[in-house]
Amino acid sequence: MKKIKKIKIKINGKIKSITDDSKLSAVLKNLKIPLNKVAIELNEEIIDKKKINKIKINKNDKIEIVHFIGGG
Amino acid sequence: MVNLKKDSLIIANKKFNSRLIVGTGKYKSMSECAKAIKLSGAEIVTVAVRRVNITDKNKPLLMDYVDPKKITYLPNTAGCFNSKEALRTLRLAREIGGWKLVKLEVLGDKKNLFPDMIETLKSTEVLAKEGFKVMVYCNDDPLMAKRLENSGADAIMPLAAPIGSGLGIQNKINIHIIRKQTKLPLIIDAGLGQASDATIAMELGCDGVLVNTAIAKAKKPFEMALAFKNAVIAGRQSYKSGRINKSLMGNPSSPTRGII
Repeated sequence: MKKIKKIKIKINGKIKSITDDSKLSAVLKNLKIPLNKVAIELNEEIIDKKKINKIKINKNDKIEIVHFIGGG
Repeated sequence: MVNLKKDSLIIANKKFNSRLIVGTGKYKSMSECAKAIKLSGAEIVTVAVRRVNITDKNKPLLMDYVDPKKITYLPNTAGCFNSKEALRTLRLAREIGGWKLVKLEVLGDKKNLFPDMIETLKSTEVLAKEGFKVMVYCNDDPLMAKRLENSGADAIMPLAAPIGSGLGIQNKINIHIIRKQTKLPLIIDAGLGQASDATIAMELGCDGVLVNTAIAKAKKPFEMALAFKNAVIAGRQSYKSGRINKSLMGNPSSPTRGII
């Protein structure tokens, strides 16, 4: 049986281990992110939410997921 | 009669009936925030852009309490100290759901929270070119306000006093001068402490006020939200009604003729 390879990435500043060859959509789905309420950056570039199932995540990638919170 | 229903606040071609904008920070809970907004009558609320908490997914979301379809969210760059951070924040905000109307706030000092106007000006130019409708937090300097206007700002938002200070309007003359020189919406942002401060801003001819701390941190936020709502209406009505001239000496209200 082929061993599942894991890679380390950073999501919102926290190191996470994910399955190698994952798509961005799978990572977000795992985190149960409500896509209509967030914006996503991959390595400081804003990602078009419609294209997340085409984007492959690589080792050491940095993902930022932001939303609106209370503020002045 | 001053018909306040027909006296709308227009920002970037969008009409609003309320001239009070409120912040959504510093409340004890989301439900308290939502109720205060409702009582204030505000149709625009400022919001911050921050990281999603990926470890606690059950944390309540602002959007679940304040419906962005009913209340206009005004994404704000509070906490940004340079143009790069502010632009990144607002581009992300736009991506969340197509928000183009934004509040630009680039701070220059962590203690007094005064705006860094050089960075603010630079950011305004870029954002306007990218199609954003930018409401700009600025100091109360008429020259800088003019430059912002020329850079494509959609609203000028001078401070009354440092953010969260509750000191009220410190420089009425400058606010008055800015009012005289600009046709852009002029909104007092930051530093108000009590309802009467909002009335003074409106009487100076401002088009609106933005309040957060004074409501959120009042002992009774709901009552204070209502007080600010009424204060803004009173101030607007007073401004539109044309005040009397000031006089150094007294002028009796009762006729002097026929005194017994």
